[in-house]
Amino acid sequence: MSAVMLDSQVPQPPQTPLRRVSAWFFRHPTLTLFSLLAVPMAWMVVVYLGSLSALLAQSFFRLDGFTGRIVREFGLSTYEQLFTAANIDIVVRTTVMAAAVTVAGALIAFPLAYYTARFAPPRLKTFLYLAVLLPLWSSYLVRVYTWKIILAQEGIITWVFDLLGLRGILDGILAIPGIGGPSLSFSYLGMFLVFVYIWLPYMVLPIMTALERVPNSLVEASSDLGARPRYTFRRIILPLAFPGVVAGSIFTFSLTLGDYIIPQVIGNSSFFIGQVVYAQQGTAGNIPLAAAFTVVPVVIMLIYLLIARRLGAFNAL
Amino acid sequence: MHSRLRAGWGVRLGAFGALVFLHFPLLIIILYAFTTEEASFRFPPPGLTTQWIGELFNREDFWRALGLSLQVAVIATLLALILGTLIALALARANFFGRDSISLLVILPIALPGIVSGIALRSAVSILGVPFSTWTIILGHATFCIVTVYNNVVARLRRTAHSQVEASMDLGASSFQTFRYIILPNITTALVAGGMLAFALSFDEVIVTTFTAGNQQTLPIWIFSQLTRPRDRPVTNVAALFVIAVTFIPIILAHQLTRDRRD
Repeated sequence: MSAVMLDSQVPQPPQTPLRRVSAWFFRHPTLTLFSLLAVPMAWMVVVYLGSLSALLAQSFFRLDGFTGRIVREFGLSTYEQLFTAANIDIVVRTTVMAAAVTVAGALIAFPLAYYTARFAPPRLKTFLYLAVLLPLWSSYLVRVYTWKIILAQEGIITWVFDLLGLRGILDGILAIPGIGGPSLSFSYLGMFLVFVYIWLPYMVLPIMTALERVPNSLVEASSDLGARPRYTFRRIILPLAFPGVVAGSIFTFSLTLGDYIIPQVIGNSSFFIGQVVYAQQGTAGNIPLAAAFTVVPVVIMLIYLLIARRLGAFNAL
Repeated sequence: MHSRLRAGWGVRLGAFGALVFLHFPLLIIILYAFTTEEASFRFPPPGLTTQWIGELFNREDFWRALGLSLQVAVIATLLALILGTLIALALARANFFGRDSISLLVILPIALPGIVSGIALRSAVSILGVPFSTWTIILGHATFCIVTVYNNVVARLRRTAHSQVEASMDLGASSFQTFRYIILPNITTALVAGGMLAFALSFDEVIVTTFTAGNQQTLPIWIFSQLTRPRDRPVTNVAALFVIAVTFIPIILAHQLTRDRRD
């Protein structure tokens, strides 16, 4: 017996059942992976993908106009309802808004991301990063509501314009057909401002990440080779940061497409995709049409994502 | 680091402007929680008062909504912690077929517009004939909270030296012991941070919740319903400030816990 003890220099731990399980997992890495993923993937697939399939299935059902009941038969009649002039109007309006918000968001976000990523000293950088993060995570609804207060006819913006004696300009802007309205809080312009505000952090963060990844050696090489800062920015920094902009635009575009709270709280009476979905499933009780309508932003987003992948946005997420 | 060039005036002005744009609405919400004006959003407020705080605290429906929100957020966060950590452990170092699809699936609930997730869950619930309850709310919340835990934990696991895990196994620890004594201490703060963000996300979520709540009111849904009641404006203002304050605390703590130690 003692010879055996000498043989193995390392004292072996006692073989408990737990240890046997552990050893078995060690020898079967694939099964380990599988058992780690089994429960969370079951959740995601059953709850989430299951729900998405249910949604898709619903969009092929239809609402019986006479009985008000949902007929659970496969068919395309609900999609036919989708392609009316009024609905196409809504889709176009929402998409144009999403595109405008995305462009404006990128323009406003870029200087902040650029300054934070490449110029701010470490302490300020931490502060700025947190300053972008806080609104991102804090209450969406409350932040929308705040703009109701700000944009109101008797609110702070009107007050500022009055103070500067520029009330005429504000009224002039509001009188522009298409973007104006009775007051900022009932106009496309106001809605646009709120969308930009709400999704801005989603744009800033990916741009910041992309800018931080731009190697200094490239910037230095460019200036060593005689490029002026402006030229270096245009030819080195901007192209390398562009995937970040595209990554941010995925969020701003997608979130604007599906939002129904902002058009409801801020907008005038014209509908956006999100509101139609909300109204169809709620008061109208037409879940099939609501489901078919959500397929629209999903399809638009899929096209968008395919383009974004081409532009290398997924590495910047 | 970057050679410290000074930023041009344009960049500074742009950055400062964006920062102000992001934060002055928060000052507005603080100010309006104390206004004496009852009927409109008049600026500047004619006077300041703290009476609305008391009035909000006397509202029984507010407390009920707050209670439900807390209950949902806590349970959804716990579920997200377990599921998110499991996925992170599986994906942190492994490289296998379908890995990217799994991470895409985890991100999907927050990348797709909230209304898609909301109506999807609602159709599922309606097809299955399940009645709406607190659990249907939790189901939705846990699903989109997983990603915050996953992101935090997977980032931490990738930064932690794998040699520690190998050393532990070489010294004879079982996988479970290694998890308990090596991995868990390393990811604790990431777990707490991910959990806090999940809590903040769940606590103020309104879009998905609208579709899965049935007749129950979480705090954001309560506030949303308040928006159509102009008479209640002062109370709504205070509730808005309250929600902002409650979500700020976990966000700041989460940030402190996951800060890179290099700066």
